[in-house]
Amino acid sequence: MGSRVEILNDGGFRSDGRRQYELRDMTIDLSQQGVADGSAIITHGLTQVLVSVFGPREAKMRSQTMHDRANINVEVGVAAFSTGERRKRSRGDKRILEMAATIKSTFEPVVQTSLYPRSQIDIFVQVLQQDGGLLQACINGTTLALANAGIPLLDFVCAVTGGVHSTSPMLDLTLLEENDIPHVTVAVMPKTGKVTLVTMETRLHVERFEEIFRLACEAGKVIHAEIKGAVRERTSRLVGAMGSGPPRTGGGGDDDAMDEY
Amino acid sequence: MVDITIRKRPRTESVVTQRKFFKKTARGKVIKVLRERYLRDDVGCGIQNCSTCDNSTADPLPYSGDTQHKSFPEGHFVLPDTNIFLSQMDLMESALFKPPIILLQTVMEEVRHRSIPLYNRLKALVRMDDKRVWVFYNEYRSETAIIREDNESPNDRNDRGIRKATEWYNSHIGLSRPIIRGQAKPTIPTVVLMTEDAANRKRAEGSGIAATSIRNYISSLPEAVAAQLLDLLSSADENDIEPTRAAGGRQAMYPEYFSESILQAGISTGKLHKGHFNASTYNYLQGSVSVPGYPRPVLLIGRENLNRAVHGDMVVIEVFDEAKWGVEGDEVVDQEATLKNDDADSDEDDENDEVLRQEAKAVRASEAMAQQKEKQPTGRVVGIIKRNWRPIVCHVDSTALPASGPSSSTSASTLSTQTLLAHPTSTLLPRIRIRTRQGPALVNKKILVAIDAWTATSRYPDGHFVRVLGDVGGEDAEREGLMLEFGISYGAFGSAILGCLPPEGDSWVVPPKSDDGVWKAREDLRDLTICSIDPPNCQDIDDALHARPLPNGNIEAGVHIADVSNFVHADTPMDTEAAARGTTVYLVDKRIDMLPALLGTNLCSLRPNVERLAFSAIWELTPEAEIVNVRFTKSVIKSKAAFTYEEAQLRKDDPKLQDPLTTAIRLLNSLAQKLKAARMAAGALNLASPEVKIHLDSAESSDPIDVEQKEMRETNSLVEEFMLLANISVARKIWEAFPATAVLRRHLPPPRTNFDKLKDILQKRKGMTLDVSSSGALADSLDKCVDTNEPAFNTLVRIMATRCMLSAEYFCSGSVGRDTFGHYGLASSIYTHFTSPIRRYADVLAHRQLSAAIGYSPLHASLHSKPHVERILEVVNRRHRMAQMAGRASVEYYVGLALKGRGEKRGGGKVTEEAFVIRTFRNGLGVFVSKLGIEGLVMFKRDLTEFDADNYVVTIPGSSAAVSGDEDVTISVFDKVVVNIEVEKDKNTGKGKVKMTLVHPIDSSAL
Repeated sequence: MGSRVEILNDGGFRSDGRRQYELRDMTIDLSQQGVADGSAIITHGLTQVLVSVFGPREAKMRSQTMHDRANINVEVGVAAFSTGERRKRSRGDKRILEMAATIKSTFEPVVQTSLYPRSQIDIFVQVLQQDGGLLQACINGTTLALANAGIPLLDFVCAVTGGVHSTSPMLDLTLLEENDIPHVTVAVMPKTGKVTLVTMETRLHVERFEEIFRLACEAGKVIHAEIKGAVRERTSRLVGAMGSGPPRTGGGGDDDAMDEY
Repeated sequence: MVDITIRKRPRTESVVTQRKFFKKTARGKVIKVLRERYLRDDVGCGIQNCSTCDNSTADPLPYSGDTQHKSFPEGHFVLPDTNIFLSQMDLMESALFKPPIILLQTVMEEVRHRSIPLYNRLKALVRMDDKRVWVFYNEYRSETAIIREDNESPNDRNDRGIRKATEWYNSHIGLSRPIIRGQAKPTIPTVVLMTEDAANRKRAEGSGIAATSIRNYISSLPEAVAAQLLDLLSSADENDIEPTRAAGGRQAMYPEYFSESILQAGISTGKLHKGHFNASTYNYLQGSVSVPGYPRPVLLIGRENLNRAVHGDMVVIEVFDEAKWGVEGDEVVDQEATLKNDDADSDEDDENDEVLRQEAKAVRASEAMAQQKEKQPTGRVVGIIKRNWRPIVCHVDSTALPASGPSSSTSASTLSTQTLLAHPTSTLLPRIRIRTRQGPALVNKKILVAIDAWTATSRYPDGHFVRVLGDVGGEDAEREGLMLEFGISYGAFGSAILGCLPPEGDSWVVPPKSDDGVWKAREDLRDLTICSIDPPNCQDIDDALHARPLPNGNIEAGVHIADVSNFVHADTPMDTEAAARGTTVYLVDKRIDMLPALLGTNLCSLRPNVERLAFSAIWELTPEAEIVNVRFTKSVIKSKAAFTYEEAQLRKDDPKLQDPLTTAIRLLNSLAQKLKAARMAAGALNLASPEVKIHLDSAESSDPIDVEQKEMRETNSLVEEFMLLANISVARKIWEAFPATAVLRRHLPPPRTNFDKLKDILQKRKGMTLDVSSSGALADSLDKCVDTNEPAFNTLVRIMATRCMLSAEYFCSGSVGRDTFGHYGLASSIYTHFTSPIRRYADVLAHRQLSAAIGYSPLHASLHSKPHVERILEVVNRRHRMAQMAGRASVEYYVGLALKGRGEKRGGGKVTEEAFVIRTFRNGLGVFVSKLGIEGLVMFKRDLTEFDADNYVVTIPGSSAAVSGDEDVTISVFDKVVVNIEVEKDKNTGKGKVKMTLVHPIDSSAL
């Protein structure tokens, strides 16, 4: 199967019509989901993730209570229908636990946990559809959901996947591309320029790595602009709905505003 | 920094841009597939000066298209559909076919799915300098992207996509050239859809698109061009074009193939088997397929069971019940002899019942045999997965021409179309039916023919003529034919490649010593006493050696290899070309270089008394030849002398000479002997191949020649040992540095069953045993196979044993398990090729990796990529194999010439030589003439002999006229016989053919 698809053809197009440095379409939905304190549905192309955040609230388990800061608890669920092959994954699945741990450690230095001693913040990540760049979608979704929940963050965390086909680097890989070429996921804090996560499961040479790493950091900034725009738009819409702020910019979609009440 | 953007995909377009479907895998699982695509407006149309598209990046198509064609005076572009490329590639590649071509992505992808070789040719076509081709990515352009509709087959969808793109192009050209008042009306060239599908044409015309069939298109080209191009037309779709031909009345000669799904299901359930089809050299009605399920290859006997398989095809076979199993026929069946009078048009005739009867007889004979011997599985071909159809070198019989044949009625003038049978040079291939208008001109010429199709109703495959190579028997034509047959690219190097050479050309020298430039991090070894030892007249000297005693009693030995990677950089046109050529090919009278001659024979060649760049491996060895340490370095050397093997040997043996060079050679020699002893102790094999040397009289005229066996001197082995040592040391180093992508070479141990036959023969005929449990055991038992009366016997057994083995191959270290790295023949756990970068591409890669491993230069990114390395090595492996076969074929051809020359000198045209019997048949013997390194067949008329297949004995009864006494004469494998060898010129083809007859113990000419 893999060999039948050209990852990058002579015209410089990838299998889905993008060029090397073009990211997939991103949509962000920050509307209320159930009783969560903050939630976000994010799509990168066909990868779709729902993240709900509860808290900060009183820690339920005494053993995990910390006296100087809040505990972050991440749980990831992967819907059986999200992959090509229908497969139910149990909660204890090692891959899923690992992803949860990765997300947790990515956000621990970013969330200002010391403001909420003896409490916990629950992050529930639900994967709805997968087409490559899963971790990237989870991290970006979590950033949005935390912001939506009003939890103080030091900076946005923006993640993006990069890979290299022979000698040409490319960004935001689809599942087809991820299966074929080595890839790296990088999460950056665009304002400070710090990197909170670099992860790679395939082999990649150090010299290639540097190139992709820099590129992914740049791409993080592009994603940041998109996320920031979404948060700003959402906030101004809320403020507009309260009737005390500036008029809303985004026109259309009055229905959405109604739903929120 | 590059421009990173987010590509937006509006929800409203998602009908076109998003696709979801379910597919069932081979295992029966249902998988959901989601795809999306991003449509864009910046896909260029590729026409020069287009006012709306930006085509600045590549070289565009001319503004007004091509104006030569009669039907399109305003100019036109050709937009061919997929089938044109699938069936008429030769025509599209022809230099005479000149119109600018628009190649759609849809077409490219369809070709790719159908045939990878054709796809590669298509890609080469796009890059060709004298072709004007623009690839239009229609599936990504928003106006031309389409989706498959309900009830629409993928084919129909693609056809519609192609029509839509044609339509768009026509309106696009119109829109981008608006009529401006006051100026002449701009000319609007047409984009013409070229398709062989009549229904498609009709639809296209219905929506106002100009469409044409390829035949019509060519016919209205200027006369001279048209005639030549028409011949290149493939015959595959002939029936569609000429429905007048009575196709319905023909009887099917072959069973139809199973459908794709049945084949797939059969393979996965284990009922059917997949493998490469190997035709038999001895019998054209027989072939075999090695499949994993059976220890011995499955035999396919008879035309119907072979079912249109051609040598090299990937086929699917069905194995018969054990009751029907048989043995390999023990008879030689020659296609030329059996089918001599078969006519190209004769499929429909009943009169060639005779042919069928004869064939049936041959098949039955082998079935009868089956009772006696151990049976081998038999089967039949039920489907073909991949054809191995490449252009084939053929000739046309003079008898095939209409003067006498029944086809004369169809040929009124010389220019009308005739149907001829083309005879391939290789006996493994069937004859091919071609239709041509230049019949008389083709007789006694070597021509290139491509196979197009083989229908169930036709005895022979249909093909078309590609081009003439030259006269039969002419050396140039023979050589070119040979190179084409083995797929060797022999063209001159293009200007882009020559542009990669150093601008100084011939006068390039190593610059004076400094701290940067080429001297950077290079060691100065100019003072070392280095010399090279090569065969006589060697131009491309890629290795040199030195040795000197060290104060601590150890010895320093060095191997210096031409630093090719200093000149050939990755990702340059020269590198790409070298990778495609893979290796230098040595034919008897010609060398086809992998690298331009300036590098190969001058700048890289380690000539004596000239400063040259080298890559050195330097060991410290104990006097017992154990490695203390090894280091690798780039260096500058100045070789002191270039010896031939003979000169070096003489020097070494002359006790009077005590100069430094001679002592160095002696030192090297003593080390080499110990290295060899250690290698042999580890179980290395001493293999043999029939190597002969051809003497050409002079450089210009290459005709009268002589053959002699190659001599092996001590100094040959000296060089060999040090090259092996270097290769092994380098292999270790690069594997250590790049465990995933190191370029290595291995030789897998042969499956034991390969030796079964040889073991059996040895046991029965000579009472000797062969232990094949390991390479060491095999080496030992081969050493014991000695016949005191017959010194050549051991060599013969070695040659036969070598043929039972697999061939060595290059591989990428990351793609196979560590335990399969070993080199069986050399008994080394790891091996690579490092020592001949001028003539082998794998060595160039090894150089680059070693250079990176020692930190001299960074490794090019492509060598970090496993798939990339695998891809290159696959090509190199194939080229290497082909080059070997071509070399052998070339030697064979010249041995034939030499025999002719020798025979003529003595009068009578015969040469008598001693030979060994290596195979016995019911009606003949396979013999090997060790002195000439050739194999041949001695045929008997079969009725007179008795054949004992179990003991490999042919008995000629005493009553026969051939036997001088009254006693029966028996001949068996390994017997020494005397044969008469003569080169017989085929009357029709003018092709020289080696014919052997037995002289002693009997005279077979009377048989």
